[in-house]
Amino acid sequence: MAEIIYNISAIIALAGMIIALYRMVKGPSIADKAIALDVMTIISISLIVYIAAISQKIIYTDVALVYALISFIGVIAIARYLERGL
Amino acid sequence: MLMLIGSLITLIGSIFLFLGALGILRMPDVYNRMQAGTKATTLGTILFLAGLALGYSHCTCWPRILTLILFIVFTNPISSHALARAAHHIGINLTEKSVTDKLAEDEAENGEKL
Repeated sequence: MAEIIYNISAIIALAGMIIALYRMVKGPSIADKAIALDVMTIISISLIVYIAAISQKIIYTDVALVYALISFIGVIAIARYLERGL
Repeated sequence: MLMLIGSLITLIGSIFLFLGALGILRMPDVYNRMQAGTKATTLGTILFLAGLALGYSHCTCWPRILTLILFIVFTNPISSHALARAAHHIGINLTEKSVTDKLAEDEAENGEKL
C-alpha cells in the first residue's frame, strides 16, 4: 500500500517536470527559461532521493546534494550574466 | 504504519510540486512565474523529502536528506531573488494587471540603478 502511494507521488512529480519542460522550451524570455530550469532541477532532486530510498543505496543522496549545489551556482551565474555580463 | 504516514506526506509534497510546475505554465508574467515556481516547489520538496526520510528510516539516509532540505531552504530564495533582480534590470515588462512597481519607483526617486 505505502509503496504504491510512493510510486503515485513520483509519477505526479514527473508530470510536473514535463510541464516545466514545456515552459522551458516555449518561454518568451531568458528569465522564464531559467526559472523553468530551476523548477526542473528541484523536481529531479526529489526524484533522485526517491530512487535512492527505494533502492536502498545511500550513496545516491550524495548525487542529489551535488546536483543541488551545481544548480544553485548555475542559476546565480545566469542571473549575473543577465545583469552585467560575465 | 510509519511508512504509510510518510507516503501520505510524500503524496502531498508531490501535489505541491505539480502545482508549482502548473503555475510556471499558467502565470502571465516572469515575476508571477517566479513566485509560483519558487514558493510552491520549496514547500513541495520539503514535504517530499521528509516523507521519504520518515518512510525509509531503516536505510539511515535521513541525515543527508535533512542536509538537503536545509540547503534547498537556504539557497532557493537566493537564486529566485537574483533572477528577479536580473529580469527587472534587463527591462522585462510587468503584466498589465500589476498595480505597483516599487523598485522602479525607488530608482526614479534616486535617479540611479539600485
